[in-house]
Amino acid sequence: MGHRSSIPLYWRLQKSKYNLVGTKCKTCGKLYFPPRQLCSECRRKGEIEDFSFSGKGEIISFTVIRAAPEGFEKYTPYAIALIKLEEGEVISGQIVGDVTKVEEGKKVKSVFRRMHEDGKDGVIFYGVKFQLVG
Amino acid sequence: MVGIVGYGSYVPRLRISVEEIAKVWGENPEGIKKGLNITEKSVPELDEDTITISLEAARNALLRAEINPRDIGAVYIGSESHPYAVKPSGTVVAEALGVGPDVNIVDTEFACKAGTSCIILNMGLVKAGYIKYGLAIGADTSQGRPGDMLEYTAAAGGAAFIIGNKDLVAEIEDWYSFTTDTSDFWRREGQDYPSHGARFTGKPAYFKHLLSSTNNIMEKNNLKPEDFKHVVLHMPNGKFPLKAAKTLGFSSDQIRQSMIVCKIGNCYSGSSVLGLTNVLDIAEPGDKILMTSYGSGAGSDSFIINVTDRILKVRDKAKKTEDYMNNKENINYGMYARLRGKLKV
Repeated sequence: MGHRSSIPLYWRLQKSKYNLVGTKCKTCGKLYFPPRQLCSECRRKGEIEDFSFSGKGEIISFTVIRAAPEGFEKYTPYAIALIKLEEGEVISGQIVGDVTKVEEGKKVKSVFRRMHEDGKDGVIFYGVKFQLVG
Repeated sequence: MVGIVGYGSYVPRLRISVEEIAKVWGENPEGIKKGLNITEKSVPELDEDTITISLEAARNALLRAEINPRDIGAVYIGSESHPYAVKPSGTVVAEALGVGPDVNIVDTEFACKAGTSCIILNMGLVKAGYIKYGLAIGADTSQGRPGDMLEYTAAAGGAAFIIGNKDLVAEIEDWYSFTTDTSDFWRREGQDYPSHGARFTGKPAYFKHLLSSTNNIMEKNNLKPEDFKHVVLHMPNGKFPLKAAKTLGFSSDQIRQSMIVCKIGNCYSGSSVLGLTNVLDIAEPGDKILMTSYGSGAGSDSFIINVTDRILKVRDKAKKTEDYMNNKENINYGMYARLRGKLKV
């Protein structure tokens, strides 16, 4: 049996991984993804609340993975991109489909997919990936 | 009246043509295309499964239903390709939709009619007043044994319906089920591919159950084929539903809009329900629709559905079934074999 992912860790992050739910500081308006419980600008004066990102954005940079880490081997080649969401935050995510069509500047939207699985008998982890628009 | 508050569909983007499969097995593609009346079928990507298809379809249904997901009191998903043998698909879908935890969830299985039976389960709970809304989904990533005729048709896709009793896009006037113990198609625990009784899947199985169910619901409600604008029949291939429609007395105009099978194959639990979403995408207020599913084993569920004025208001709030059918990319057999786990590495 190979490496196993932490089920409790993934379970705690489910809300953000399934629906791009981050946080927002009500005091200064700064957005966070992954979610943070303390605003780095306002510190104790900040007031944090959940914030759902739209999932729409643009690729600002990407790389193609051909030698994947354990658990992701069957998906190669796949593209991992830095995506600037329309709310302004930059996050990393996988682009689904043909890697030869991935380009900087292309628009993307979020989709719900299998992220990885712990072998044939382990848990299947789901979450957000991105699809080229148009 | 209980009915559909919102509906949605999802079909994976990849396709494999009859020619591409026939080439590998030395078959005549023209003969198969004519015999099955299909040109290609949908194929899921490596990271798509019944859970991801169900969720995308359900999100579209929520967009059209315009309700708070917390008001959904039941999530039932019918499929013969649930990713887990033990651990419900519905839990992942509900969590990602923002449904629950005040919710009843269970996965169902009855070959290709598991999804329509989820509609009936939800109708009962809504009518009894136990829940405000229920979510019923039929979805599959079906498999055909390499070289088997099923390989030309076994496809992937799904549709979701939010069932309630107000602000309906379509009323469900009545339902009826016809079920017997008939072993025409099955998959044993742990087996990768289903088995079937070849020609036995026709007359004593598909036709007997589907025709009986459809005739009986019409007789029960004193209705005739000409009373319906559209008919939707389960589509194991492109030939069976056309033959069944003709036998029942429906015209080719009445069944045409539902015949998604010719372009995307048999989506199993997603088959008849995707036919219905494709009809709802173009239906007019006042249209009467008759839908009958078929599940091997064997049984059929029939529904009499009346489209309301609200359809015009919500139809364009989500992607239509035709949008998914037309947004496609064809792959070769080698890629298909890789994506469907037919290559052992």
